[in-house]
Amino acid sequence: MSVVWALLRRDLAQMFGGGRRGGAVLPVLFFIATAMLFPFAVGPDPVLLARAGGGIVWVAALLAAILPLDRLLAPDLEQGFFDQFAVRGIAEEAVVAVRLLAHWLSFGPPLMLAALPAAALLGLHGDTLRTVEWGLLAGTPGLAAIGLIIAALTVSLRAGAALAGLLLIPLAVPLLIFGAGALSTGGASGLAFTAAISLLLCAITPFAGGAAIRAAREG
Amino acid sequence: MEGARLSLNDLACRRGDRVLFRGLSFELNEGEALQVVGPNGTGKSSLLRIVGGLLRPFAGTVDMQGSAGLVDERPALEEHLPLGRALDFWARIDAPAPPAPDLGLDSLLDVPVRFLSTGQRKRAALARLTRQQAPVWLLDEPLNGLDVQAARACEALVADHCAAGGLALIASHQPFAAPGLKQIDLMDYAS
Repeated sequence: MSVVWALLRRDLAQMFGGGRRGGAVLPVLFFIATAMLFPFAVGPDPVLLARAGGGIVWVAALLAAILPLDRLLAPDLEQGFFDQFAVRGIAEEAVVAVRLLAHWLSFGPPLMLAALPAAALLGLHGDTLRTVEWGLLAGTPGLAAIGLIIAALTVSLRAGAALAGLLLIPLAVPLLIFGAGALSTGGASGLAFTAAISLLLCAITPFAGGAAIRAAREG
Repeated sequence: MEGARLSLNDLACRRGDRVLFRGLSFELNEGEALQVVGPNGTGKSSLLRIVGGLLRPFAGTVDMQGSAGLVDERPALEEHLPLGRALDFWARIDAPAPPAPDLGLDSLLDVPVRFLSTGQRKRAALARLTRQQAPVWLLDEPLNGLDVQAARACEALVADHCAAGGLALIASHQPFAAPGLKQIDLMDYAS
């Protein structure tokens, strides 16, 4: 247990403390900046923005999920952290599971907070904003899980960072369809589906990530 | 460190499509140290990584009693943190960690790891290793980058470790002095 706590403490310190993983701030600023661009691009028509706004927030969240990918696992593998964990008998799966929790904490809640100013910029109110926030709560764990799986799979590739961004987009489409879809149907079923996909992704991430890291070590 | 033991049975190692060595067998009991020598590329590091469970052997088996501690060219210390805090992370993982041996690191504890030289990083990695209290030491080129004084200190660490019942496997092409140190040349097992 103390090992898990030590790992979590290190991961959180790196993500929130302005450490080398880019921190939690950069994706949030990128998220707001993306949401801010749309009113400039499509014009200040409040009806149009209010209709498209929820989807725009989702696209912005998806793009923001790409930013931290190349710093999630690659530095630890290069510097030998995973080797040191392995000789101590700490499973890659455990390290990845802890990293997933830390990654979501540094990504999900800050994004949900940043959705408030983004919603104000897009003119979203009331029910729409509530659905967007619930959707982000249900969807960001899934986005974090996809990101971590991709980071593990591309960890030993030279052009990993660029490839990771390209890989995330198609894999995140189901989350986007149900998460943003809940906005137009207004029902809870879309949110429930989003949460179900997120849970499934979070459940497989430690195993997929652990296997990918072991494969990268053999390579 | 009771009952540390390491035995390799007919071990072979393949990297890519080349078999680096084959038919390697030896046994180390507590208090023993073995130096693996051989030119670059004969598989010294790969052998250590196989023993540490980081690579799969191409053939043969490794039987190890006791946990392993590894020092290689990567110190696994946070680059942006001061050395003291970077070592504290491993002390929390390896809890309860005894105090570090005197490797001349005291004045460096508040220096960020990225400013440390190769030799200073190596000394930090050795400090991390001794605090891990693993009975089996796997040292990959432990003397690289160390000055004469630090190299003597490193040899003394190995001697103390073996005297306390641990065992050490050292891959190095440099002369290494430790009491009762045995040697094998991987060239003899090249295929």
